[in-house]
Amino acid sequence: MAVREVLTGPDISRALQRMAHQILERNRGPDGLVILGIPTRGVPLAGRLANAIAGIEPDWQVALGQLDVTMHRDDLARLPTRPLGEIALPADGVEDATVVLVDDVLYSGRTIRAALDTLTGLGRPRAVRLAVLVDRGHRQLPIRADYVGKNLPTAAAERVRVFLTEVDGRDGVAIEGPEQ
Amino acid sequence: MKHLLSAADLSREEAVGILDDAERWAATQGREIKKMPTLRGKTVVNLFFEDSTRTRISFETAAKRLSADVINFSPKGSSVSKGESLKDTVLTLGAMRIDGIVVRHSACGAPYQIAHSGWTDASVVNAGDGTHQHPTQALLDAMTMRRHLVEGDVRGQDLRGRRVTIVGDVLHSRVARSGVNLFRTLGAEVSLVAPATLLPVGVDGWDCDVFLNLDEALDVAPPDALMMLRVQRERMSSAGGGFFPSPEEYAREYGLDTRRLARLASHTIVLHPGPMNRGLEIASPAADGPRSVVTEQVANGVAVRMAVLYLTMTGSKE
Repeated sequence: MAVREVLTGPDISRALQRMAHQILERNRGPDGLVILGIPTRGVPLAGRLANAIAGIEPDWQVALGQLDVTMHRDDLARLPTRPLGEIALPADGVEDATVVLVDDVLYSGRTIRAALDTLTGLGRPRAVRLAVLVDRGHRQLPIRADYVGKNLPTAAAERVRVFLTEVDGRDGVAIEGPEQ
Repeated sequence: MKHLLSAADLSREEAVGILDDAERWAATQGREIKKMPTLRGKTVVNLFFEDSTRTRISFETAAKRLSADVINFSPKGSSVSKGESLKDTVLTLGAMRIDGIVVRHSACGAPYQIAHSGWTDASVVNAGDGTHQHPTQALLDAMTMRRHLVEGDVRGQDLRGRRVTIVGDVLHSRVARSGVNLFRTLGAEVSLVAPATLLPVGVDGWDCDVFLNLDEALDVAPPDALMMLRVQRERMSSAGGGFFPSPEEYAREYGLDTRRLARLASHTIVLHPGPMNRGLEIASPAADGPRSVVTEQVANGVAVRMAVLYLTMTGSKE
């Protein structure tokens, strides 16, 4: 198996810093922002993104949470039973907020579809945006990301692996694929 | 997990996992939109050969909150009253491609038979079989106890070191059997209290303490959770069925009255699986008082059953 390291730890930090600026630019400041990470690796990424935003806008009241989407997935009958994760919202919820969903890899778009359905049950945000560390293409649904760390053209047979210190002990993004 | 047939089948990790999942499902029940699409397209049959209000409605609520289609079956008005056998009834359901069967039956082992006879591919959940098992009741009791008796974050926690005292008609009680299995698995100490006539043969082989006198049990092993069982008159021939001299004497010796209620430790909770015989095994001040968690048990029942239906009915077949 061929493994290609495409992002290093510093690359990830720079990408998140840029995405934080983009989020603030588009939102015209930090008002009403709620950052929600999708388990597993979206959660630490959301934490880092919230930190980066707070670093730029020190007055921002950090609104960070996590959104497990298992209950709304469309592949529950196809895969082994998945453990449920936690849903944790900031104290003020998502009502009329600008929610930024954070995930590690955007691929088929089905996780984000489930996340949008999950959000519907929790309140009515003013807007929902999507931030992903890696967009690897091969979408199966009409979904796109608003903030992308890196666009990675991949073949469907390849696998994108994201490593984060909080979960895996190190930072990095690699593509695994069959030998050329 | 394809089926849930007995509380004795669950390991500590599985049981704690179900309780943790149930907490997550319970969190969805406080929202404006309580219904999840998790089991959309699945069909669940409530196959209840015995009467039930809360268990059937609880399973029906749980399945509907998960977006499953629910069909209720009772023997009255069905072909069972014409003499159809359990096998033919289940074969019929199997032919209709039912995904889940929630079964209550007066015969011990009927759910096991349905699950393992090859009559159907459906997931089977035991909702009470004879005097044998009622695993979701034990799970909802454990969830209720964990919420009250474990401090801080309950997730991942068991009932280690807590004392559960189960009082009353142990002989006819599947709730007691399931409870002893599950509470022991979760690390709790269990006491059974009953007159000798209402203790099953071989109870000394069970993994728990047995008392014949309620006041002695409350003194020797003060409970953190006191579970009053229903006196199952329908399984007895007359008023006391010869199991005890009179309802008055039973209430005096084994009922939770105001005097015994006052003796309990300040943190002790009182559980009852329902339906309650007020004035017999439990007095109204105990049933309605601040220690009573009877209505919480009902609410937690829906969450536990959502967790069990999710675990048994999702996942690819092999």
